[in-house]
Amino acid sequence: MTTKTSSEIIRDGLWNNNPALVQVLGLCPLLAVTSTVVNAIGLGLATLMVLMGSNLAVSLIRNFVGESVRLPAFVMIIASFVTCAELLMQAFTYELYQILGIFIPLIVTNCAILGRADAFASKTTPGPALLDGAMMGLGFLAVLVVLGGMRELIGQGTLFVDMNLLLGPMAADWVIRPFESYPDVLFMVLPPGAFVGLGLLIALKNGIDNHLEKRRKATEPAPAASGSKRVRVTGNVS
Amino acid sequence: MAFAQQSSPHAHHARPTSRVMLWVIIAALPGLFAQTVFFGWGNLINVVWCVALAMACEAAILKLRNKPIGFFLKDNTAAVTGLLLGLSLPQFAPWWVSGIAVVSAIVVAKQLYGGLGSNPFNPAMVGYALVLISFPVAMTTNWAEPALLWKGAPGFSETLSTIASAKQTAVDGWTMATPLDEYKHKIANRTAAEVLQHPTFGNGIARGWEWVNAGFLAGGLLLVLLRIITWHIPVGFLAGLAAMSLAFGSNADQYAPLSMHLLAGGTMLGAFFIATDPVSAATSHQGKLIYGAGIGVLIYLIRTWGSYPDAVAFSVLLMNFAVPFIDHYTPPRTYGHHKARRGVPSRKQG
Repeated sequence: MTTKTSSEIIRDGLWNNNPALVQVLGLCPLLAVTSTVVNAIGLGLATLMVLMGSNLAVSLIRNFVGESVRLPAFVMIIASFVTCAELLMQAFTYELYQILGIFIPLIVTNCAILGRADAFASKTTPGPALLDGAMMGLGFLAVLVVLGGMRELIGQGTLFVDMNLLLGPMAADWVIRPFESYPDVLFMVLPPGAFVGLGLLIALKNGIDNHLEKRRKATEPAPAASGSKRVRVTGNVS
Repeated sequence: MAFAQQSSPHAHHARPTSRVMLWVIIAALPGLFAQTVFFGWGNLINVVWCVALAMACEAAILKLRNKPIGFFLKDNTAAVTGLLLGLSLPQFAPWWVSGIAVVSAIVVAKQLYGGLGSNPFNPAMVGYALVLISFPVAMTTNWAEPALLWKGAPGFSETLSTIASAKQTAVDGWTMATPLDEYKHKIANRTAAEVLQHPTFGNGIARGWEWVNAGFLAGGLLLVLLRIITWHIPVGFLAGLAAMSLAFGSNADQYAPLSMHLLAGGTMLGAFFIATDPVSAATSHQGKLIYGAGIGVLIYLIRTWGSYPDAVAFSVLLMNFAVPFIDHYTPPRTYGHHKARRGVPSRKQG
């Protein structure tokens, strides 16, 4: 396994190998709870915390757990952190905990977390593992928030509604209503809207990547012309 | 698109898509005329707005995709999608509801999937289902009462200003639920004779709607005669619906009678104009029969036991899902070859 530098880990987590846009993992919570920004932030933060904790713990025990029992061990570690996250949310943001409901315990089954534990954390030292967990979690959180904002704005015509559930009473009047008497677009509130929204986000990311690639190629010096070589009659001249 | 060279089956002359679509538009005119006579200017205004917007969306996306705009616009398919939406949306649906339907039909359901010939779902019905789910109020309360019932029918300018307003619902006195919806809700605690007292049912079916359906039936038969569509899908569709109605709904005190199912909703428009979309329908004749029958059965199920007033859009989309499966099991025998292999090859054949 090649070792990654810190900047590679950061870039992979946030963009190049983003859990939601590239790996397309963890879709169940992603699609189910992103109807508003506050739900998205709540679930994103919980996932971020679990991902960092599980990556660190898995990396610490990587030399003491045999190959054949590693997956049960990882799942138990993840489940413990999810329980911690659940109890913390019950203690501090009880209303949001009730809104998110089953999707908090279901973080255990988020493939993105188990995937990072198995594919990265179990093969590296604690430092990079923790950084990878943080960056993957932030990448996931960012997609959740953008998708949540998109669906909230189109679906209900508001932004940042009910932020007080997460941030306390001072955030109660953060809500923005750009339109007057907006008719609810139920399609975007319901799960199909989340599928369409995620599809559009993935297309946007690929479009940006293509554009950057094109620009990089345009600025790169052209490869040496191959016209003056001897004539080849077999094989391909690239 | 016109294909210069034809493989089998050898058509006598190439019929370009633009001509086919033009005939579809012409065949829809009797139904549109009946709608205008009985329900006022709403449908006509909707059709004009939807067709214009559909062409504009098509042109914009074609430009983004670097495709020849003129070539594809001239095939009239975008116009037909707009026309079908204009014919099927409620008469007083506000402009932005029909606009969202058209944009999602052309941009999402058609062009994002690759344009004409590549869309797995009927674009017009994707747009219709999307606005029906998104705006249930605007889509169920804006059906015009037949003009005969009105004391003061709204004129052209009044209709136009209603459609052009931002409000979700039109003036209460002009609108009503569709006859099918009315029947389904009233029959719960009344007898059929009592329900039919309501003037919307006319002589026992549905005033206005029967003529609209007759218009679409006439136009559809014209399409069959011109061999633009084959008879299989409409026949399967109507037979499926009739069979379900005879099997389960023969008691008029409980369920809407067959005549109402055939003539009071979007049945004929669906059977001859919407389900027969050559791109998203099944391919072989046997497949078309199954496909049409599936739509008919689903329409009866959703109309009778579902919560939506009509069911053409959902049924067509659900059967669009099934088309690859149907096509997989119904390839016809090719001339000069053995019987076609159908479905997944079994292990015995090796």
